[in-house]
Amino acid sequence: MRAAVSSDVVSVTAELVATRRAGEYQHLTFVAPGVAERARPGHFVALSVGGPTTAHLLRRCFSIHRVTPSGTYGGTVDVVVSAVGPGTRWITELRPHDTTGVIGPLGRPFPLPTEGVACVLVGGGYGSAPLFWLAEMLRERGCRVEMILGAATESRLFGVVEARRTADAVTICTDDGTAGRKGWVSEALPDMIDACGARVVYACGPMGMLSAVSSIAAAHGAVAQVAVEEAMACGVGVCMTCVLPVRDKHGTTRMVRSCVDGPVFRGDRVRWDAFADGLCTVPDDAHGATGMRAH
Amino acid sequence: MSTATDTSRPAADVELRVDLGAAPGRLTLDNPVMTASGCAANGPELHRFFDVRELGAFVTKTVMREPRSGRGTPRMAETPSGMLNSIGLQGPGIAAFVDTDLAWLAAHGARVLVSIAGGTGTEFAEVAATLAASEHVDSVIGVEVNISCPNVANRGQVFACDPGASARVMTLVREALPRDTPIIAKLSPDVTDIVDIASACLKAGASGLTMINTTLGMVVDLDRMRPQVAGVTGGLSGPAVRPIAVRAVWQVASAMREGRLPPAPIIGVGGIRTGRDALELIAVGATAVQVGTATFNDPMAPVRVRDELAEELARRGYASVRNAVGAALT
Repeated sequence: MRAAVSSDVVSVTAELVATRRAGEYQHLTFVAPGVAERARPGHFVALSVGGPTTAHLLRRCFSIHRVTPSGTYGGTVDVVVSAVGPGTRWITELRPHDTTGVIGPLGRPFPLPTEGVACVLVGGGYGSAPLFWLAEMLRERGCRVEMILGAATESRLFGVVEARRTADAVTICTDDGTAGRKGWVSEALPDMIDACGARVVYACGPMGMLSAVSSIAAAHGAVAQVAVEEAMACGVGVCMTCVLPVRDKHGTTRMVRSCVDGPVFRGDRVRWDAFADGLCTVPDDAHGATGMRAH
Repeated sequence: MSTATDTSRPAADVELRVDLGAAPGRLTLDNPVMTASGCAANGPELHRFFDVRELGAFVTKTVMREPRSGRGTPRMAETPSGMLNSIGLQGPGIAAFVDTDLAWLAAHGARVLVSIAGGTGTEFAEVAATLAASEHVDSVIGVEVNISCPNVANRGQVFACDPGASARVMTLVREALPRDTPIIAKLSPDVTDIVDIASACLKAGASGLTMINTTLGMVVDLDRMRPQVAGVTGGLSGPAVRPIAVRAVWQVASAMREGRLPPAPIIGVGGIRTGRDALELIAVGATAVQVGTATFNDPMAPVRVRDELAEELARRGYASVRNAVGAALT
């Protein structure tokens, strides 16, 4: 495969070197030269599925769980995959030494505070994947890091052991009470922000959770930085499918691509009011909404 | 023309230059491979993966007069060897396009085929006129007219389904541009007789044709029991539609060869993923090709297809891509 010309992203054929079950998810490690060296927490990779003659043309995008820039095999990239359809199932069934295309790092990473402030990290399901690496970087900067992991049930939590190793305090929530406290992360979050005086809340998970986290953070004086989950076809900014309405710094709402303008956004900038029932509508006041009404 | 198999010929020996103007030499491209409108954004995104100057031409995302937010989401569904999309022609509007997007492409040395659209013939002409007045117009090698958009005056029926409406658009765009500007009509395959539409466009001032746009499709989300994309229906693209593109190009190129249509360059697009696929469209009469949905799978697909095409031609003993144009027409 040709090497990309840019210094900030590579497109490589990556070899799988390790794959293991993690609850209901699959945790995979690829040798992806050039990706690890450039990646930061919050970046994602776009994986091709099905081999060179595949009928599944669209890339599957996953936030990077962690990277090892110079391991035994060269730079490695870890992702956590939930087999929800034929493409993700193909990825979870890859065996060591199998290869697939990996493009990355993509997107904008989590912005890090310049001072050692307290932070709460919120992960829903396997959305927690990028947060442990983020936690390590925050602690290196002198930040206190508290973490909340939530899921419908225990087997859908990801990284509980890793959370206890990397965070200063960990709260676990499950909808059915099979692990930790029974309930949603949004019920545990307000007290956590107040108790540690968090200035930033980082979150990754389902859109409903991100919406709740954003409003709670705002109400408790913290900035929310959320990594959104939008379906992407390409991951590199050309297909225009992964858009969502986000206010820019002047207050104008624009339909922006989560792959190049995100996936991390300030929670108070996302127009959560546009999301309902698995759909996202274009707010009437969005830039270019008038143009759509003409035809 | 040689059809002997010569596997020893290196790819670099194949002449890839093609003429896109109606008369030879009027518009020469370094190679016949372009991006496809709506599959490449407007330059910077793919420039991270290859130099946009490597393309025969960069075809921009369709731009209309006003800024457009596009539709809500979901906007796409994966289909076997393809995808369904319903973006809604999201774009900055022509004024911001020439100031920002075209300026970037011009500064990076791209040769630009600008895709335009309108809800009325007048809007098409206004978009073309704004483009013609731009300080960056030197980078524009031509205008691709996307007539697969709803005609406000005809209850939203797409222009491309109506020979009269298609012809009116071409006439108005022709009047809005300098006489020597190539105008390429991009045709929809969703018509009763694509030769009729091609004929109407060429008679009204189009200098070439791009075939095909997406074909209308639909996917149902069975968990929610409703259409999967927010726009209900969408455009189907990808390798799944390639035989439709080959058929459409063959029909129109055959009509030209038989004298039923005036000769004009055809740009083949629809499901090209490899050099072999590109050669298939060239063999039925396309002078140049566009790589669209394959770019979502492989952002380097346009330049990879160019290199693979050279190899495919060399393997078959063609010294020039021009010699292969229409080679499979009977």
